[in-house]
Amino acid sequence: MKLTRKTGLRSLAVGAIAVSSALVLTACGSDNNSGSSSPSGGSSNAAASIKCGSKANLLASGSTAQKNAMDVWVKNYMQACSGTQINYKPTGSGAGVTEFLQGSTAFAGSDSALKADEVTKSKAVCKGGQGIDLPMVGGPIAVGYNLPGVDNLVLDAPTLAKIFNSQIVKWDDPAIKKLNPNAKLPSTSIQAFHRSDESGTTDNFTKYLKGAAASDWPYSGGKAWQAKNGQSAPQSSGVAAQVKQTAGAIGYFELSYATASNIPTVKIDTGASAPVAATSDAASKMIADAKVVGTGNDLALKLNYATKADGAYPITLVTYEIACDKGNKPDTLDATKAFLNYIASDDGQKGLSSQGYAPLPAEIATKVRSEISSLS
Amino acid sequence: MDIVNTSGEHPPPSRQPAVTRPGDRVFLGLSRGSGILLLVIMAAIAVFLTVRAIHAISLDHSNFFTTFEWNASLTPPSFGIAVLAYGTVVSSLIAMIIAVPVSVGIALFITHYAPRRLASPLAYLVDLLAAVPSIVYGLWGGLYLVPHLQGLNLWLNEYLSWTGIFHKSDPSSAARSLFTVGILLAIMIVPIITNVSREVFRQVPRAHEEAALALGATRWEVVRMSVLPFARSGIISASMLGLGRALGETMAVATVLSASPVLSLRLLDPVGGTFAQNIAAKFAEADNFGRDALIASGLVLFVITLLVNGAARLIIARRKEYSGANA
Repeated sequence: MKLTRKTGLRSLAVGAIAVSSALVLTACGSDNNSGSSSPSGGSSNAAASIKCGSKANLLASGSTAQKNAMDVWVKNYMQACSGTQINYKPTGSGAGVTEFLQGSTAFAGSDSALKADEVTKSKAVCKGGQGIDLPMVGGPIAVGYNLPGVDNLVLDAPTLAKIFNSQIVKWDDPAIKKLNPNAKLPSTSIQAFHRSDESGTTDNFTKYLKGAAASDWPYSGGKAWQAKNGQSAPQSSGVAAQVKQTAGAIGYFELSYATASNIPTVKIDTGASAPVAATSDAASKMIADAKVVGTGNDLALKLNYATKADGAYPITLVTYEIACDKGNKPDTLDATKAFLNYIASDDGQKGLSSQGYAPLPAEIATKVRSEISSLS
Repeated sequence: MDIVNTSGEHPPPSRQPAVTRPGDRVFLGLSRGSGILLLVIMAAIAVFLTVRAIHAISLDHSNFFTTFEWNASLTPPSFGIAVLAYGTVVSSLIAMIIAVPVSVGIALFITHYAPRRLASPLAYLVDLLAAVPSIVYGLWGGLYLVPHLQGLNLWLNEYLSWTGIFHKSDPSSAARSLFTVGILLAIMIVPIITNVSREVFRQVPRAHEEAALALGATRWEVVRMSVLPFARSGIISASMLGLGRALGETMAVATVLSASPVLSLRLLDPVGGTFAQNIAAKFAEADNFGRDALIASGLVLFVITLLVNGAARLIIARRKEYSGANA
């Protein structure tokens, strides 16, 4: 009798220790998270200037690249405008556009502009109008590397293309040496990492390689990685984790992942007076250099990847909100306009850079705002 | 009296109609309904997969069965399952080669060798392993197993690279290969195979074993002569359950494998892919057509699983005479 009671107690104690240590672990985890992706201190000020629309339940889904920005915007908007529920599901751009075209969401977030056949389909959902692209969140795609003892690595578009296409396989290749005359480059092999899932990040990164080094990047581009060799990992977090733990690795992901894991990033030699580092400002400069190629109310942008503008970081992605120009659902129209207006406003865009995003340059932001006010 | 007679497995022939009560009818209806429901679900899955798959395959610009790359979002779309089918089969095969002997060993140890005080906690632990979610295996595999298998990889590459399959093209690349996936899958299916085998070993008639002992057999001879032959079809069933999980495993593979459209006989190279991994990786960003294409690959996995199970059934049917447990 005594014996069994003792063992019961002991196992209880073991269980208690296990549970409490699990609690401690989760507590650490959540601390780290809030530390790395907390919104800027200005969020409470921003809330004061939000013009609320009528109360509604807004459903939206799409780009995972926008997730962190959306989280902050949704939180601020819902704090300022009680009664409005906004639910942005980061399901991926493809799923977001599909759901929007089925009419189940008020707007979609997408890493790429609507394709022609998607515009045609959108006419069924947007009575009397069509789906349009509103550039909203931009950001630099950082090229992170893991080379102990090498800081300030500089690469250019042809070299990057050759590295990711396995034409350059050693870190002490003459092409890299030429760009980094003072660095002590090891003779180890390059472990190039790409995304194993389809993603807008891959799409934009390869668009850059194609746009700036067409002769060294023979692939057509798209959300799926096309080059043969190299290693892969799922999601930006997976690629960042592999780069972090593998000596000799190089990979691409949004800047916030590099900042969160302290991964050094490559400076790009664009032909400008100095190599450009991946920063929010440099990405904003790149977006300012873009041309609007959307027709009518559509504001789809085309980036000039071969830019030589000083301080413009060329590997930049622009993500869009997709809504109807005419024929939005009447019960959510007002709230959609109010929310989009807020996120395109100076207050909405201001907080972005602390999370590795790039605020829209003034000229494009003005266009986006006037487009939003004319949505119907 | 009546009840005992009619509910027995082999009722004696009688002219008298069997007594049926409302409970019988309800139970008959329920069990027949469940049986029909299963068939309907299987048929619904097959029809759904086939309809969507045919649409996608008809628009595929390259051969669906021999193409390596999966580019369904391109215009024109071009995708194929060669690499996926190869990776799925090879990784599952590696898993089976490792897991089946180990599981049978564990099950035999629990039922025939271990002292009772050790046997039941051990059985409980194995049950617990079966309950771990696959994403946890995936995280453990990616963060712990991969770096710790690097040494084994280098060893295999150094001493066995003459076999071809253990040659590693770039020894400094991480062990995120089909080989590692196979080992991880093996760990995941060991509990399933062990549990089922254990139950089968328990059902070996005591008389068989005692007869063998009476003839002067040692414990190993008892296992070899009476336990294993009796349990063979049960072990095969258990292995098929495990194989089913290995073929369809998604998250653990997606986390560990460095996927790329390369079909390589070198098991240690970080290349390849599996059906489930490819679907998980491509589904979120796929448009409608891309999803149909992925569904087509799902259909192939469905067919492969059916074939494997059918083959297993055939083997079991042949060995029926031994088995009282799983006929």
